[in-house]
Amino acid sequence: MQFDQILQYVLSGLSTGAIYALIGIGFSIIYNATGIINFAQGEFVMLGGLLTLSCLELLKLPLWAAIPCAIAVSTVVGILFERLAIRPLKQPTPINLVIITIGGSILIRGLAMLVWGKDTHAIPPFSGDTPIAIGGATILPQHLWILAITLIIILINKVYFYHTISGKAMRACSYNRRAAGLVGIDVRRMVLFSFIISSAMGAVAGIIVAPLTMIAYDVGVMLGLKGFCAAIIGGMSSGVSTVIGGLILGVLESLGAGLISSGYKDAIAFIILLLILFIRPQGLFGKADSERV
Amino acid sequence: MLRLKNINTYYGKVHALKNVSLHLGEGEIVTLIGANGAGKTTILNTISGVTPASAGEILFCKETVTALQPDKVVQRGISQVPEGRQVFKPLSVEDNLELGAYLRYRSREGKASIHKDMDKVFTLFPRLEERRKQLAGTMSGGEQQMLAIGRALMANPKMLLLDEPSMGLAPLVVQEIFRVLERLRQENGTTILLVEQNAKAALKLADRGYVLETGKVILEGPADELLENAEVKRAYLGKDKKEIWER
Repeated sequence: MQFDQILQYVLSGLSTGAIYALIGIGFSIIYNATGIINFAQGEFVMLGGLLTLSCLELLKLPLWAAIPCAIAVSTVVGILFERLAIRPLKQPTPINLVIITIGGSILIRGLAMLVWGKDTHAIPPFSGDTPIAIGGATILPQHLWILAITLIIILINKVYFYHTISGKAMRACSYNRRAAGLVGIDVRRMVLFSFIISSAMGAVAGIIVAPLTMIAYDVGVMLGLKGFCAAIIGGMSSGVSTVIGGLILGVLESLGAGLISSGYKDAIAFIILLLILFIRPQGLFGKADSERV
Repeated sequence: MLRLKNINTYYGKVHALKNVSLHLGEGEIVTLIGANGAGKTTILNTISGVTPASAGEILFCKETVTALQPDKVVQRGISQVPEGRQVFKPLSVEDNLELGAYLRYRSREGKASIHKDMDKVFTLFPRLEERRKQLAGTMSGGEQQMLAIGRALMANPKMLLLDEPSMGLAPLVVQEIFRVLERLRQENGTTILLVEQNAKAALKLADRGYVLETGKVILEGPADELLENAEVKRAYLGKDKKEIWER
């Protein structure tokens, strides 16, 4: 009995963890390309979910059409954000950028509240809600969707960053911006690119999680912070370590909520965040930052 | 081919280049010598668009390149090999070279011609071919320097700017690198602007030289004349002061 219960917590933890991983990778991609921690990342998650809702209910689109539509609109918001808030900055010091992204997130959230109101909304699951039994635990089809879509996105990312010239150029920008400019890479274009990829990924995360957790104008705050936490555990890598970071966070959160008390669910994430920042600021798997001389 | 007219550049409030004018003819090797902080690196970075000039004009092949972003400068045919190599350490040798040809990939140039150029780089530096899958950061300083030059060559530049290629390298490696520069000029007619601490080696390789002091050109002339110049000898070639005075 006990084992079944734990299996249940782990399984549902893995699917929430996958969401955190997607959001975390969004953080990392922008951070690596620009050095910015984009605190508006969570808002794209919210936009993905709510825009899908509008496409379904107002435009009466079928789900398969509503999803790309919502991703496209969120990406446009991401582009506008980079163009209007990040690029014009005369003195892009880290503190200015952080404050701008926080300001941007408050603005997007406020606008979302005006558009969609303060109610919590639900999106229908992608393929019904008949539970599937695994061992002694049960999961919903939506959990499988989440895991599968996350896996696909991570694979696409991998191919992009390691096997295309544009992806390699983006990595080059993160390793050495000046040298990237000197080989002819348009660094500003790469920054814009990183915002496009991240906002699209955030939107996807919001869309696949919405059927499970409901969606409202303010979900971006908490999801964003959890994603940030995943990225910190992963040492701000845009690869596997952030995925593992997200999964660890999701599972611990779910175990903690189930075995201790669900009241501590969010606290667990932030205790982990603080511990990592205090003890291993380079991330769980990162090497200390000594080789970059 | 390249002409700088009265260039002034500031680093914040520091006036780093004061009315610098210089020129390079096609196929020439020209060296800039001077002490630390004289503005040698700043000249290269101003040409490359990293620290844009606040006044003055830069002409390349009769077109102005003064206020261009770094990537646009590369597009016009000027590639810089930056100080301290600046290779992409976590990427493989091959990836570094591929990124050198980034603009050619973007302009949909066929892979075949890019790979042919990569093979050319490998004939210049056979050691890079042995290490093509190795991560750039794990190689020795000399090999990283070869990679940095190879990466710049992958853009197929008309002109190469080199910033202290000999820094921190063993004399034998420096010789090898300087031989390659000579070969580039002979085989491809590449124009080279070379910044060096090692003034003697640079002047032996170069056709002409400029001597910089605190952001100004104080002396210019054919390299062999500069090698014999008493002031240059005293300040940059490490000849004993006394020896010159006693003459």
